[in-house]
Amino acid sequence: MKILRPLLPLLSLAAAEIVAFAVPDSPLHQPAKHPYFAILLIIAVAVYYIAATAQYFKNKNNSATEKPVFYRGPFLAGVILFLNLLNIFTVKTALFPVLYFPALDRVFGTLVEDRTLIIKCIGFSMGILLKGVAGGLIIGFFMGIAVGFSKAAEYWINPLIRILGPIPSTAWIPILLVVFSEARSASSFIIGISVWFPTVVLTSSGIANVKNSYFEVSSTLGAGQLQKIFRIGVPAAMPSIFLGLFNGICGSFVALMTAEMIGAKYGIGWYVNWQKEMMAYSNVYAGLIVIAVMFYLVITVLFKIRDRVLGWQKGVIKW
Amino acid sequence: MVGSIRFEGVKKTFHTVTGETVNALSGVDLEIEKGKFVCLIGPSGCGKSTMLRILAGLDTPTEGSVYIDDKKVQRPDCDRGLVFQDPNLFPWLNIYDNVAFGLKVRKLYKKRSADISEYMELVGLKGFEKSYPHQLSGGMCQRASLARALIGHPKALLLDEPLGALDAFTRMNMQDELLRIKAEKDMTMIMVTHDVDEAVYLADKIVVMTPRPAKIEKVIDVDLYQPRDRNNPEFIRLRSEILKILDFAGKEPDVEYNI
Ligand SMILES: Nc1ncnc2c1ncn2[C@@H]1O[C@H](COP(=O)(O)OP(=O)(O)OP(=O)(O)O)[C@@H](O)[C@H]1O
Ligand SMILES: [Mg+2]
Repeated sequence: MKILRPLLPLLSLAAAEIVAFAVPDSPLHQPAKHPYFAILLIIAVAVYYIAATAQYFKNKNNSATEKPVFYRGPFLAGVILFLNLLNIFTVKTALFPVLYFPALDRVFGTLVEDRTLIIKCIGFSMGILLKGVAGGLIIGFFMGIAVGFSKAAEYWINPLIRILGPIPSTAWIPILLVVFSEARSASSFIIGISVWFPTVVLTSSGIANVKNSYFEVSSTLGAGQLQKIFRIGVPAAMPSIFLGLFNGICGSFVALMTAEMIGAKYGIGWYVNWQKEMMAYSNVYAGLIVIAVMFYLVITVLFKIRDRVLGWQKGVIKW
Repeated sequence: MVGSIRFEGVKKTFHTVTGETVNALSGVDLEIEKGKFVCLIGPSGCGKSTMLRILAGLDTPTEGSVYIDDKKVQRPDCDRGLVFQDPNLFPWLNIYDNVAFGLKVRKLYKKRSADISEYMELVGLKGFEKSYPHQLSGGMCQRASLARALIGHPKALLLDEPLGALDAFTRMNMQDELLRIKAEKDMTMIMVTHDVDEAVYLADKIVVMTPRPAKIEKVIDVDLYQPRDRNNPEFIRLRSEILKILDFAGKEPDVEYNI
């Protein structure tokens, strides 16, 4: 097994390529323009071996604490095997319903052939998402600080948060479509709401839970009120604030898709919905892949920022 | 040299959430000359921490007032440094930034950033600037928090059982370090401790408190030269004198229960 491990992706790839090229397609499936699936697998495996080689040379002067070079090999082999089986059940044998389970070649083909529209949709969705997240985050953050530090703000704002916050953001759609002339702003607003609520709640509760002795120590060191807020309260509450932001962003994905499927004229959620209505399921799957990758990247960026900002937490708390 | 401290008729009553009133201090009068090392000793819960917190400006007395250099204490300020039993280092800052905190909030960092390494050296933490508090031992954290309090040049350093959580060996080392720092940086030091031995070893003046509501039972001047020998007959005599006072003081609560 140990010796096989580096070869596993290659073996799995070989099996998939043999099936793809040697077994004839079922006549029930529409033929694709190019063997996209087979090419994609080759590219993926090539990239994997290049990365592994690079890691091999990096590990040489590094310590043994790194993951073994072919750590991800079996996983990649497993994924290829799964796709291979899917390929057999769809285009090769048509065992799955042809309409809902299109050929993998056509799913990946859509990503290439429809790329101008898809990229436009990605840009559109990301624009809405960034605007909404930034707005919700900034307002939630400062409102949370106000509620966490000021009794008056807590008195007046907290009931508002408690009443408006739990309303699912998508429930605002009917009102927003009237208030905003443009569907794009309405979508941003919905996303803003879904980010705002967890951010404001976890910011204020995070600040309320900061050990009082931190504030006391800082005041004996000469810190004023503003410095206590921004040098003690905010950094001490940062883990909680990030948790709020994380929850908010996950919620905003749902909000974005729902908003786009309702009023938008562009956007990746709109694309999926539109293609579904056209019964073009290969495009629907392509859209879903794009959505998955897009949100995966957003979350990865967020985790990277968290590791930067909350590096001091290492070995204390993790989430 | 500055840092004379005066408690005038300080009383403190707490109102707890359950509606009870706790009489913590029932009239404390105390004069501390500048540059002295004073130890507060007394039964647990009598109000020693309350005294320090009032002096630091974190609590306000119900009656009476506290003066430092004849100026009334109103609020916390950097002329009185405070070190708790728990080091309370800011976990999101590394040791260097923790020590630099006071300079940064007072906009003195540019002018005095060179002092930081001096104070790191003073408390023996050279080389740990980049470490985070959770990577240091309890004694090292306590020394860092000492440096953090010292760097602002307080007139008085208030220490609330700063060595309470340390093992006997580290504790004795830290006692010597405190004396060394005190000799190097002239200031008044007021330290709460439960350890009679420690009080006699360090203090110029030992203030023994009664149980709650606390008054001052006795102020004992310690006329021994530094460095002190723990086996000196006078040392031993002082220690047993204080233990006797504390023992007597410890019996008083029984009276309360008989009422
Ligand atoms: N914020 C507060 N609210 C109510 N009661 C308090 C408060 N702070 C202190 N007390 C009470 O005041 C009394 C004195 O407390 P203090 O912390 O000063 O004692 P202490 O002498 O430092 O005790 P120890 O040696 O155990 O630290 C205690 O009975 C305590 O319960
Ligand atoms: Mg105490």
